Amino acid sequence: MSENKERLLVKGNEAIAIGAIDGGVECYFAYPITPQSDIPEYLSRELVRLGGEFVQAESEIASINMVLGAAACGKRAMTSSSSPGISLKQEGISYIAGSELPAVIINITRGGPGLGGIQPSQGDYFQSTRGGGHGDYRTMVLAPSTCQECYDLTIWAFDLAFKYRNPVLILGDAILGQMKEPITRWKEREINPNEGAEWRLTGKKGRKQRILKSLYLDEGAMEQHNLRLYKKYKSMETDLKWEEFMVQDADVIAVAFGSIGRIVKSTARKLRGQGLKVGVFRPITLFPFPYERIRELARSGKKFITIENNTGQMVEDVKLALCGICDCGFFANMPGKVSTPEDFIQPIKDQFN
Amino acid sequence: MNPGQEKLVYTLPKCMNDIPTHFCPGCHHGIIHRLVAQAIDEFDLQDNTICVGSVGCSVFIYNYIDVDSVEAPHGRAPAVATGVKRARPENFVFAYQGDGDLAAIGLSEIIHCANRGERVTIIFVNNTVYGMTGGQMAPTTLVGQKTTTSPYGRREDKEGYPLKMAEILGSLEGTAFSARVAVNNIKNILKAKKALKKAFQVQLQDIGFGFVEFLSACPTNWHMSPLDANKRIETELMPYFPLGIFKDKINE
Repeated sequence: MSENKERLLVKGNEAIAIGAIDGGVECYFAYPITPQSDIPEYLSRELVRLGGEFVQAESEIASINMVLGAAACGKRAMTSSSSPGISLKQEGISYIAGSELPAVIINITRGGPGLGGIQPSQGDYFQSTRGGGHGDYRTMVLAPSTCQECYDLTIWAFDLAFKYRNPVLILGDAILGQMKEPITRWKEREINPNEGAEWRLTGKKGRKQRILKSLYLDEGAMEQHNLRLYKKYKSMETDLKWEEFMVQDADVIAVAFGSIGRIVKSTARKLRGQGLKVGVFRPITLFPFPYERIRELARSGKKFITIENNTGQMVEDVKLALCGICDCGFFANMPGKVSTPEDFIQPIKDQFN
Repeated sequence: MNPGQEKLVYTLPKCMNDIPTHFCPGCHHGIIHRLVAQAIDEFDLQDNTICVGSVGCSVFIYNYIDVDSVEAPHGRAPAVATGVKRARPENFVFAYQGDGDLAAIGLSEIIHCANRGERVTIIFVNNTVYGMTGGQMAPTTLVGQKTTTSPYGRREDKEGYPLKMAEILGSLEGTAFSARVAVNNIKNILKAKKALKKAFQVQLQDIGFGFVEFLSACPTNWHMSPLDANKRIETELMPYFPLGIFKDKINE
């Protein structure tokens, strides 16, 4: 272990909170909700101790709008919640996207619809990857599958948020938030103090007024704005990220993200033990989605099955990627059910027929 | 007239842009904007101010007052202002909100912002209607007042009573200054300016949350001439919304 790293045993939620601190979060606003309350508990203690700002807001709506305000000042700002709370934040997320402000939003999902339950679910895939609020926008979406990734991707999320001036969402789930495993923490990380200097609000001293807004009433202005945003979302493809696990010689590829992606890897290992060539493709950026890479793999004659902890959401993106080259099987692990590697053995085996 | 005899009786505040506003004839937003701009000038805050715009007729405040600005979603200006102030406590932060924005959809945000004693100043324009959307019933519409969504007049047994925001916020510990003012005549304008400056002061002196409610005319949606609208402020609004200072920690 190098001197610049330390090893910790933490929950996924804590790994995110620690990642936020190491990612330079300065302002954090949140409202309690299970299964992510470890994040506000950790940051109300540690961020405040480090001189950062924490407000336990009166609502999810207020907390995302506090993020909007702090982000407008060029600060690394974050909020965290779980599914029903994220629904409430969608208005603010739309405004943050429309005003082109950087922000990190953590969703440790739970089951739905409605109050649902606190058991694991990946039911927020559509909401996360299609914008979620009103208007034609996208948030970048990162899906960790280990506590280490919770830490690493949270740090990366802040960098991406500033790179694109756009909200970046971490899509975890109750399994990930509540499980404990070792992570490696970086000790020192530099953040450019001039980040956002060309647009952030500071008071107009010595320069022209700056206005951060999402209202475009003049004829043609909104069209231009949307065109610019569209180009920006396309450009995010330069930061596509995914994991390929034993894909090279695989006959069947299971596509899965987040905690399910990890469980499916165990299934693949078991099936390899039975002589079946199974690989796993795990998208890490859910928006942008690695369509092109999946298409390439399909062209080489592989078969696909998508496995999700929902009734079928990411599978639509996989099918878009396959684009008629071949079909894609699907196995739904119902929201609320904690799955084991054994659950996926038969559905994957069926693809060999 | 000889040049030497010319006397400048009015000039635009330094931080105000010399452009026509989009406000209707007789609307009080223009006067209130000017008072805000004058207060910014008098405290020498133009370079140091961050304005939070809201949704409603006043959304274009950033086109008229030349300060750094951010636009909030409908009702959320006090939460956005909280984020701004927490991020940059060295800046002067104010938000400018209408009655639908502040007292209906944003009631939670304003109450909690005041209760936390956020060091921000909120300017609240109460004209008893939703102006921008065409004169619908507001949380401050008077009982009996006809609007496009209360065509029989606001009914106390169905729609309840208009909210008295200056009193409500004045009752909270975090509020350092809360007043209700009007700009329907010169005397009231002068009083309004004094109150507004106090609402600035409590932020500048780190005492607490500052709030001023302006009774404001909306001749267009009241279907009145500007002069009659001014009169209505006196005859109908003031009896229910009394002018006054409901909290003043500067003088405590």
